[in-house]
Amino acid sequence: MSAVAAKPVGLWGRLCAGSTVPVLTIVAAILIAWYVGVLALNAPFQRMLYANAGVADYSVSDFVAATMEQDRPVLPSPQQVAREFWKSVFTVPITSKKSLVYHGWVTLSSTLLGFVIGSLLGIGLAVLIVHSRTLDKSLMPWVIASQTIPILAIAPMIIVVFNAINITGIIPKALISTYLSFFPVTVGVVSGLRSPERLHLDLMRTYSATTSQAFWKLRWPSSVPFLFASMKVGIASSLVGAIVGEMPTGAVAGIGARLLSGSYYGQTVQIWAALLTAALMAAVLVTLVDVVDRAVRRRMGVRS
Amino acid sequence: MNVIDIKSLSLTFDTGDGPVHALSGIDLTIGKGDFVSFIGPSGCGKTTLLRVIADLEQATSGSIAVNGTTPELARLDRAYGYVFQAPALYPWRSIARNIALPLEIMGLTRAEIEARIKRNLELVNLTGFEKKFPWQLSGGMQQRASIARALAVEPDLLLMDEPFGALDEIVRDHLNEQLLHLWAKTAKTVVFVTHSIPEAVYLSTKIVVMSPRPGRIYDIVESDLPRGVRPLDIRETPEFLKIAQRVRDGLKAGHSYED
Repeated sequence: MSAVAAKPVGLWGRLCAGSTVPVLTIVAAILIAWYVGVLALNAPFQRMLYANAGVADYSVSDFVAATMEQDRPVLPSPQQVAREFWKSVFTVPITSKKSLVYHGWVTLSSTLLGFVIGSLLGIGLAVLIVHSRTLDKSLMPWVIASQTIPILAIAPMIIVVFNAINITGIIPKALISTYLSFFPVTVGVVSGLRSPERLHLDLMRTYSATTSQAFWKLRWPSSVPFLFASMKVGIASSLVGAIVGEMPTGAVAGIGARLLSGSYYGQTVQIWAALLTAALMAAVLVTLVDVVDRAVRRRMGVRS
Repeated sequence: MNVIDIKSLSLTFDTGDGPVHALSGIDLTIGKGDFVSFIGPSGCGKTTLLRVIADLEQATSGSIAVNGTTPELARLDRAYGYVFQAPALYPWRSIARNIALPLEIMGLTRAEIEARIKRNLELVNLTGFEKKFPWQLSGGMQQRASIARALAVEPDLLLMDEPFGALDEIVRDHLNEQLLHLWAKTAKTVVFVTHSIPEAVYLSTKIVVMSPRPGRIYDIVESDLPRGVRPLDIRETPEFLKIAQRVRDGLKAGHSYED
């Protein structure tokens, strides 16, 4: 966009011209709101602490500083979360139960497994649905109905049922991810496979192309943009599914387990550090899908 | 033998508002090596008739033979190349790969495909644009690429549905001239849909004037202009203007101005 505008001058000009300043403004706004929240939510408890300790004459700055550094705050301050995150990611050995790298990997592995199964399942269902009117009528309602069941209700059932037949660990959790991620992929790929224009389909007919030739040379390439858009939704859902799958079952490892143990022991700082990890993982995963998407689009000659 | 033989052919579309008589009582023969234009106002069924020949639509009654067989068998035999109104290039394929598309479907060898790409790009003056993607080409170049794609099938029959309709006058003149060169060189049979009188008269050996509601043939004009490549300024000659006048009269008479 700055190509047509006058060339920005100096560091400040370059920052303003790009997206740096808007991004930093939003980050600053979030941090300010966060600090205000910390002060408001932690103040009552802090007043009680001072009252119990018999401290009467405290300065405003002492009080504010104290609300930012409580042991078990209602809302931990950003620096507490950052410190906890740093500690449990970089200073604890990654094999330790206290390491967020360890818990993150447990969650990530079932997220990825669930996502791969979910995407393949979604693509498979979409292909069947597009090529058969009967399956379109009989399968699609179930696909949609499956998503009206709250995942929190069905996740424990899946874990329990699989436990009963001695399947534990990554598979049941991955299946919850699959359950969440196959849906956007199915719906997206169905639209994608149906997206070719009439003209392009007619062209295939004039070549007497077989159904499978029309699929591989026309329908499949047409559906690629839809596939990637739905995979971005799917991979984020997969992560949610994996975390939810770790919560109700007394799982000992994973981001979900970390959240749960944090809430048992009132370790709000630990909860927020785990949440931060989950958010960063989601961002990285969606970005990865986006990178592959861009690479594929470049290969397919999309004008950039 | 006639390439196309149509006898009392009719086609009715069933729509929500009742039947639409797209084609009614069509009788037409097209001989080998002819250049035949269908001309008429929109709604006269000229595109529909072309689509019936290509087996993209099925007639409701009457008979049609393409290469002495049914349109379906002719299509399965890849007897024709079809050029649509829009270039209809696949955006994710380069120009060369677009031309390769029908050839891949036909199962030709790699070497044969490459040879045909080269030959047909030369024919439409697009050599050097193999690796470009469709959006990198102008509208006229895209349409030329789509003609090259239809020619690459090496059909004896070329069906063209207003291929130059979206192009400006100058590009259109140029492509018309190139098309005649091509036709003269390859001795193909061409069926060409247009709504431009000068284009139809300039190109054709036979002009089929159609009229709407129901879509039917109003007049068939056999051109007495010399066959083969005609100079563009033939359009100023009295012979040309006489044929154009007859086509214009036919269009006027067949056109109902009720709506």
